[in-house]
Amino acid sequence: MEKFTKLTSRAIPMPIKDIDTDQIIPARFLKATDKAGFGENLFRDWRFHKDGNPNTDFVLNSETYTGKILVAGDNFGCGSSREHAAWALEDYGFRVIISSFFADIFKGNALNNGLLPIQVSEATLEAILNKISENPETELVVDLEKQELSLDAIGLKESFEINEYKKMCLLNGYDDIDFLLSKKEAIEIFEKQRTN
Amino acid sequence: MKKTLFDKVWDAHVVDTVPNGPQILYIDKHLIHEVTSPQAFSELRQRNIPLFRKDQVVATADHNVPTLNQHLPITDALSKKQVEMLSKNCEEFGVELYGLGHPYQGIVHVMAPELGVTQPGMTMVCGDSHTSTHGAFGTIAFGIGTSQVAQVFASQCLLLQKPKSMRITVNGDLAPGVLPKDVILYIIAQLGTNSGTGYFVEYAGDVFENMSMEGRMTVCNMSIEMGARGGMIAPDQTTFDYVKGREFAPQDEAFDKKVAYWKTLPTDEGAEFDQEYQFDAADIAPMITFGTNPGMGIKITENVPTTEDASFEKSLRYMGFERGESLLGKPVNYIFIGSCTNARIEDFRVAASFIKGKQKADNVTALIVPGSQQVAKQIEAEGLKTVFEEAGFQLRQAGCSACLGMNEDKIPAGEYCVSTSNRNFEGRQGQGARTLLASPLVAAITAVEGKITDVATALNA
Ligand code: SF4
Repeated sequence: MEKFTKLTSRAIPMPIKDIDTDQIIPARFLKATDKAGFGENLFRDWRFHKDGNPNTDFVLNSETYTGKILVAGDNFGCGSSREHAAWALEDYGFRVIISSFFADIFKGNALNNGLLPIQVSEATLEAILNKISENPETELVVDLEKQELSLDAIGLKESFEINEYKKMCLLNGYDDIDFLLSKKEAIEIFEKQRTN
Repeated sequence: MKKTLFDKVWDAHVVDTVPNGPQILYIDKHLIHEVTSPQAFSELRQRNIPLFRKDQVVATADHNVPTLNQHLPITDALSKKQVEMLSKNCEEFGVELYGLGHPYQGIVHVMAPELGVTQPGMTMVCGDSHTSTHGAFGTIAFGIGTSQVAQVFASQCLLLQKPKSMRITVNGDLAPGVLPKDVILYIIAQLGTNSGTGYFVEYAGDVFENMSMEGRMTVCNMSIEMGARGGMIAPDQTTFDYVKGREFAPQDEAFDKKVAYWKTLPTDEGAEFDQEYQFDAADIAPMITFGTNPGMGIKITENVPTTEDASFEKSLRYMGFERGESLLGKPVNYIFIGSCTNARIEDFRVAASFIKGKQKADNVTALIVPGSQQVAKQIEAEGLKTVFEEAGFQLRQAGCSACLGMNEDKIPAGEYCVSTSNRNFEGRQGQGARTLLASPLVAAITAVEGKITDVATALNA
């Protein structure tokens, strides 16, 4: 997993609620047996018309917005547990997703792939969205060490929450398997001692 | 301390707690399928580590399999490769596979309970969000991502924060024609699609106590559609009777010993939940969804709400519906009875009992897809096959089928499909397809009438 420490980037607004993982990566693209290349089909059916031509109304096809941060509406990543959604976002080039709410499984999948989900209040989300649509060149700064999100242009400096263990993993690029493997002995003892 | 059902099962599986961090939870059973496992097997290979407890893993092929001519090679090259990869991986790592052609093959959440793999008091996971289905047995069961599939392969454990607890109580009697699917669609419509995020739900009250195991599975299956990781129902005599005698269930004395333990699992009187909701069974009626998430549901006889909101608007535009209109009488050309929500024998019995002696409407293509090979066999043994075929319905072979637009079974763009599955997201059943979620009875009625019809009217006709 790639390390994450600090990121300064422009952001892409997607003020749609309940974006489910079927939209992030439709099921017909889940046939691959490795992790690479999913970015190509990220938001496939919103990004492209049925005939394969890009939908110019969709924000990822706009020349106005760019960046490694996606700012999305409430309840991002709901639905299917497919980790392919996190792979697709990461493969496309995103490192941070900001929303007022994340679905559980998606959040875990993102963190396991070096993609940082940042939950902010509805009001903050709106303020960020307003600012980036007003000036698409606005940059946001994400500092994981300090757990801080800032947007100087509007005087925003907010701390965000992240589980301490997950933070340590992201900062160092560690993952859960390494940790669990180091606990083998305790796991074997548990197996021997259980009665039910 | 007074404990909930969830606390009891969770606490019995905690191996260790990381200071200021997650807990290490031991997983009893790990179900896998072709779509979310290949990258996890690769992870083991890359790190050169073995599969830690292969006997606790059960595999099947379901998402990507055709539902016609399963004896022939799969025609889609990528699907074929994925299904073959599962066989190869299972062979290499020594995992029991109920693949295509095996008499136990089926949708993972249908085949595991019917084989007795699922038992009360267990922890179970699968790289599939509808793993919540198994909670019907008083099991902690939830969906995981592929990185976590690899973690369980490597250690039989997961690193998790203990979720908060919620209890949803529904008391009273359900009216005729109101099925378990309506109960859960009603609950999600009331609470919304993210009300359960961060929680594990327990369903309590006489409505669930009086439900069959099939019905309980339908309810727990859709817990994820309100954002909850899982849902549970306390094990009782209905549960024990269902598990008893199944292939992988404990037998004889071992079974009695287990039952004695299972009886200790229900929530203690006075145990506290972080969140509680109560509903009255009398308020629940046959439901249908009109939008593009499972929370956008109404009673069939109600009108589409008049919410003013950009996302709501986008959703209605996709579905081709107007604010405030009634869905009754809308023509529907496809119906699908299947998926891990409603592809068990009871679901087909309900559908067949309505269809018997009737014909599907000319405009309708009606797909009946059993959840497993065993369900398919039973459909035949009980004579339901004849009922479906005489009425003009297509009876297919076991798999996820038109639930997800991944295999060959898809709904064409722009068409409406009344579906017994669990998700009505944009494009879920095929690019541009418009899904209306409902019970197997509503799907059967729609097929016969060719349009959306009130259940009471249809039953009294
Ligand atoms: S039937 Fe549908 S929801 Fe269930 S496991 Fe298959 S694809 Fe997923």
